[in-house]
Amino acid sequence: MTLNVIWFILIGVLITGYAILDGFDLGVGVLHPLAKGDQERRTFLNAIGPVWDGNEVWLLTGGGALFAAFPPVYATVFSGFYLAMMLVLLGLILRAVSLEFRSKVQSAAWRRTWDTTFFVGSFLPAVLFGVATGNLMRGIPIDHSGAFTGGFLGLLNPYSVVMGLLSLTLFTMQGAAFLSIRTEGDLQNRARKWLLSAWAVFLVLYVAEAFWSLHEAPYLFARYGRSAAAWIAPVILWAAIIAVPIAALRKRFGWTFLATSACILGLNAVLAVGAFPYLAPSSTDLNYSLTAFNSSSSPLTLEVMFILALIGMPLVLAYTAYIYWVFRGKVKVEPEGY
Amino acid sequence: MSALLLARIQFAVTVMFHYIFPPLTIGLSAILVIMATLRLKRSDPVYDRMLKFWVHLFAINFAVGVATGIVMEFEFGTNWAPYSKFVGDIFGAPLAAEGIFAFFLESAFLGLLLFGWNRVSKRTHWFATLMVAFGSMLSAFWIIVANSWQQTPAGYEMVNGRPHLASFWGAVFNPSTLPRFFHVLMGAWITGAFVVTGISAYYLLKKRHLEFAKKSMAIGIIFALIAIMGSIFFGDMQARQVAHHQPEKFAAMEALFRTQAGAPLLVLGYPLPNLGINKLLSFMVYFNFNAKVTGLDAFPPKDLPPVAATAMSFHAMVWLGMLLFLASLFGVYLLWRRKLFEKRWFLRSLLFLIPLPFIINEVGWVTAEVGRQPWIVYHLLRTRDAVSITVPAGQILASLIMFLLVYSLLFGVALYLVRKMIQKGPVAHEEEVSR
Repeated sequence: MTLNVIWFILIGVLITGYAILDGFDLGVGVLHPLAKGDQERRTFLNAIGPVWDGNEVWLLTGGGALFAAFPPVYATVFSGFYLAMMLVLLGLILRAVSLEFRSKVQSAAWRRTWDTTFFVGSFLPAVLFGVATGNLMRGIPIDHSGAFTGGFLGLLNPYSVVMGLLSLTLFTMQGAAFLSIRTEGDLQNRARKWLLSAWAVFLVLYVAEAFWSLHEAPYLFARYGRSAAAWIAPVILWAAIIAVPIAALRKRFGWTFLATSACILGLNAVLAVGAFPYLAPSSTDLNYSLTAFNSSSSPLTLEVMFILALIGMPLVLAYTAYIYWVFRGKVKVEPEGY
Repeated sequence: MSALLLARIQFAVTVMFHYIFPPLTIGLSAILVIMATLRLKRSDPVYDRMLKFWVHLFAINFAVGVATGIVMEFEFGTNWAPYSKFVGDIFGAPLAAEGIFAFFLESAFLGLLLFGWNRVSKRTHWFATLMVAFGSMLSAFWIIVANSWQQTPAGYEMVNGRPHLASFWGAVFNPSTLPRFFHVLMGAWITGAFVVTGISAYYLLKKRHLEFAKKSMAIGIIFALIAIMGSIFFGDMQARQVAHHQPEKFAAMEALFRTQAGAPLLVLGYPLPNLGINKLLSFMVYFNFNAKVTGLDAFPPKDLPPVAATAMSFHAMVWLGMLLFLASLFGVYLLWRRKLFEKRWFLRSLLFLIPLPFIINEVGWVTAEVGRQPWIVYHLLRTRDAVSITVPAGQILASLIMFLLVYSLLFGVALYLVRKMIQKGPVAHEEEVSR
């Protein structure tokens, strides 16, 4: 039983790690059309160049871990969200190859093409991850056998679309915070403005979505009524939301990035604390929901996977930190880069 | 068309397209380690040029490999939901392990390999090269573990009609894992080697970048011969393992319709006109010319794979592989006699051999996967019972068309970029760097 709780948390950690790290890659991609001139566009790409691929692995590992720990959730949600998943894949394919292909040919038309696909490839996942989260929060049609009974258009309900816009602004804010660390001068000032604008929109959308959730996903609030400890999550989120503009106005960019990252962490924690043990709540009948207890793999699999994670993740964190340390400081557009 | 057929076509298209790239990057990464080691040991700038050029080729193909690989990780859930629920207790773990132990390593150090030229020491850069190669090998290992479990399930017990993990190491090292892993790894090395020799041959023929081309060619051709000998050794071991654990697949590969003692070895794949070598198959499987080999007639027809596709793809792999073996053997002989760089007809052949290892890898996998049919998990779950029932055929058709369009585009662009890169050559790249 404890292992089920641990794996609920670990899946949350992997999703949060992905959202914080690839969040800034996606945000940089969404902001990319605002870059002026080829040099600035290359600066954007080289800012994330050495690290975006490693960041995306958090998603792959999260997918693999969900498959291993909670197979029915992986199967039901991914097949239920079929077309949305295909669009996410399209986005991730386009983004990966755009980064690699763009700088290889010295032609304005060639570069414009891959700039466009880079933007689309960042925009689509940034929105769709939010839409998927919104749908999971309000519950998806799952019948007594655990099968998805909805369609694609049902996923595009207003509440979830607003959640999509929320994730878009959150990732944009994260991307702007990252850019302001890794750039200087005029670009850095503009990145700070983008960050503050994204923050304002995020605040409005967050407040709206929080109140809307009282109506659309009331079950998410139950634990907050029962437990005082649960309030740690929203307190982190609110403190982070307040800290973002303060740090940004004082030009403390490292702190700004920490604050935007804490916004992502806090938001995910608020949802996870509210939703536990639900992984895919059923809108048909909450009793049909897929939970950390009724949809898990066998105890042995959870145990083995936990040991693998205990061995592997510290190594991953160590060398990832090393790579970030090597590439610290301002971006230089070098010939070997993008 | 039915949802099942469309889902199968989509899986075949996405996995076969994906598998153009990983063998090349796995093979190249091993060769990059050799080049990086030489760069470290000898202060000859030709090794700088060499490493940069081949890293460049690696990067283009790695990007497409990653982009198309993400699709595979999610396609089990989207298109094969009942399969995912059925095997999740066992099959998900190697996928997650691949992420934790292989992908993170590979991609983190790739950043250093591509962007670290001026930021870290030569020694650290060498270490990054080694870690990329090691990560890509681990990735091959874990994905082969997952696929091998579908071929020869082990380390499980059935609980409520589903396999539950009983022994992790039993599942990881199921009977087919090791021979298949080494056979696949050697296939990847061969691919990297023949791409290196082919491109080097092009420069030798054009009399450009001669020093670079000669050194790359020498490394490539020796590496190719070692890899092919390894591939034949492990391939033979794997075929014997198939005969023991998946006899109907083996019978289909060899087109052995009748169970018989002293079974003959067919030279060409069924249904081509065939010549049988008496008793040789029995000897190859059991080291006994008169041993009895199980034929297709021992199994009910509903449990048999499509024979022609299995047999032909298997024989295509074997014969094309033999061709590469002879080419690399002759190449190493010419190198030893110091004639390799002048034999223009042979250099031209090496250039035209570039596509061959890619084709061999694909037909090898066709043998493995078609030969496992009608099962998705051997003797446990049929493919037709494994497809997502909630996804309508129209949606699969839409995504299939999307993949066909996007992948055609990627293939065209990747080829164009590789061609452009080859025409520019390693020296031009150096000039660009110093500009």
